[in-house]
Amino acid sequence: MPRFWRWFWVVGLGVPIALFTVWGLVDNAKLFLTTALNGLTLAALYFLVASGFTLVFGLMRNVNLAHGSLYLLGAYVGYVVGDKTGSWLLAVAAGFASAALLGLVLQTTVFRFMQGQDLRQTLVTIALSIMLADVLLWIFGGEIYQFDPPRWIFGRTPLPLVQVYPTYRLVLLAISAAIGVLLWLFLNRTRVGMMIRAGVDDRGMLAAAGVNVQSVFAITFAIGAGLAGFAGVVGGTALSIAPGEDTRYQLASLVVVIVGGMGSVVGAAIGAALIGVAEQFGLAYAPTYSVVFTFVIMALVLAFRPQGLLGRRA
Amino acid sequence: MSASEWRKAMNAGAGRTAWPRTAAAAPAPSRAARWRGRGAASADVRDETRWLRWIGGRVRARHVLVLLAVLAYPLLAPPFFTFQIGGQALALGLIALSLTFLAGYGGMVSLAQMTVAGIAGYMYAIFATSGTDISLGWPWWLAVFLALAIATVCGILIGWFSVRTEGIYTIMITLAIGVAFFYLVQQNYSVFNGFQGFQSVKTPRVLGVELRDPVPFYYLALFWALAGYFAVKYLLRAPFGVALQGIRDNPRRMAALGFNVTAHRVAAYAVAGLIAAVGGILMVWYNGLVSPGSVGTSWLINILIIAVLGGMRHPIGPFIGAIVFVLLQNFAVDLVDRERFNLLIGAIFLIIVLFSPDGLLGWWAGGAVRLRAVSARGRLGRRVETGEA
Repeated sequence: MPRFWRWFWVVGLGVPIALFTVWGLVDNAKLFLTTALNGLTLAALYFLVASGFTLVFGLMRNVNLAHGSLYLLGAYVGYVVGDKTGSWLLAVAAGFASAALLGLVLQTTVFRFMQGQDLRQTLVTIALSIMLADVLLWIFGGEIYQFDPPRWIFGRTPLPLVQVYPTYRLVLLAISAAIGVLLWLFLNRTRVGMMIRAGVDDRGMLAAAGVNVQSVFAITFAIGAGLAGFAGVVGGTALSIAPGEDTRYQLASLVVVIVGGMGSVVGAAIGAALIGVAEQFGLAYAPTYSVVFTFVIMALVLAFRPQGLLGRRA
Repeated sequence: MSASEWRKAMNAGAGRTAWPRTAAAAPAPSRAARWRGRGAASADVRDETRWLRWIGGRVRARHVLVLLAVLAYPLLAPPFFTFQIGGQALALGLIALSLTFLAGYGGMVSLAQMTVAGIAGYMYAIFATSGTDISLGWPWWLAVFLALAIATVCGILIGWFSVRTEGIYTIMITLAIGVAFFYLVQQNYSVFNGFQGFQSVKTPRVLGVELRDPVPFYYLALFWALAGYFAVKYLLRAPFGVALQGIRDNPRRMAALGFNVTAHRVAAYAVAGLIAAVGGILMVWYNGLVSPGSVGTSWLINILIIAVLGGMRHPIGPFIGAIVFVLLQNFAVDLVDRERFNLLIGAIFLIIVLFSPDGLLGWWAGGAVRLRAVSARGRLGRRVETGEA
């Protein structure tokens, strides 16, 4: 990066942020730190949703606009299972499994027959998201559902300065970090992960090397969709499940991968951190304009780095 | 347009611009000599006949029939059909037309066209009169002008923003912009009046005619729909439209030919923004209100559904799609439960996308081709039977 730009960013972004941090800490340290923690936990949730989205996009060039619906589906299925069995862990597993199964079915019955037709695939996912949202509304109605997680993760944890913070949100942070590490290990240390990375770089060459690309696609789609369902239960526990959440997480994952760069899991983590933190600080310090912060970040990234922070030029 | 057709069109365009008086004008002198003695008036007559011939060469019986049908429609239909079905379909079709222009001819699928329409609606509500204190109460013509101008500028900005990305990314960016605008108007109370939006927006009374009455509104919407339709038809044949289609098919080649790809794309967004803005004003007059719900995700998607349903290969597509959509919206209650409209429209959209990528127009064209093939085969068969072949 040329020297001018480095200074430009330091003066244009770094200094205001540093000043704001100092002001926030001096003015009301508790509010500032609580907001920061809220931002990080929201970022953790966004990462869980967006990582699946970016994984599917990176490999198959399929913009899955039904990703938010998979989130909601996982949440509802998880709720039903949790309600019947009384086990939160089973609910999480059910959320993952149901969304992964639907993803697998979609990939093997619909998307594999329109490989390379990006726009058509996207339109199909839009149609599916409309139908799925309506079916879920039909079955579960407009009520707000709340999970009943085990007691040991639902209390409050004393922390320095912040005083108390909901334990579950810290658990969410840990879960998200663990998923991130597992995903990294899976992509970088396993055979299938190697195939997926190869597929992201060059699908044709991977097929020519004798790999059954269709099964790699199916696995990736199942994992991506499953992560959305998983996030549905985990996020639904932290907040709640209601119709309309699908759009919210769809938008979040869109913005996160636009900022982070399509197809990059690390980019999704960075994007999620930026967006989550910005959103919470916006809500805390400038409530009417909080969405503008998200938007400004996206605008800046698009203006200076259209392919996203860690994206590669298409 | 296929690559070869496109090349032909380009060559024709080059012929017109580069060699105006050589090959193309070769047969002209003799005719000009014939006309020279008769003075200027006869030259005008010739222009007139040529103009008439031009019209005659293009207008088919079906065009006249459709035009007569849409003009006579309010005389035959009850007010509900004139206003709820006819008026709404034309206004929605106009917004979808802007998407068809962008997506079908510019290759840029923008989900933010409803947002541009919504901006126009919001601006009109802010500048003109409504049931809210925020409205400034300015005269309607000034409000319309300002709303159109601001919405078009916003359309250009959205375009300028999203042309930095290509293909499938454009959908994501424009969807993100559209949903961000939805959240902005929902959260902001000082300018956009938050969740409530603007209720009872006043529709102007022009020359003693209440524009919100079914018949005047229908003709107003029809006028703008026709204007939009013919403007798009004209633009597609103009050098700008041809260049735009070239950019859709192969941006790199067009850039190599010296066309400014970004400028053409942004200009396309400007045109689409203006069309959508007109549609947005019509929608706010039709509804009498504008609220975050009018620019929510479902409406962003509905415009895409309308455009895809009708077909993106021809500017008539969005209007056909809008008629089908509005009919379904009003009569879905007879087919399925009223609450399940989304399921129905989603399923129809899915079927269209899966089985007819060119929408209903594609079915029409495909059916016509198949019919012709069948009848041709029938004729051949008969000839074989009679021993001619």
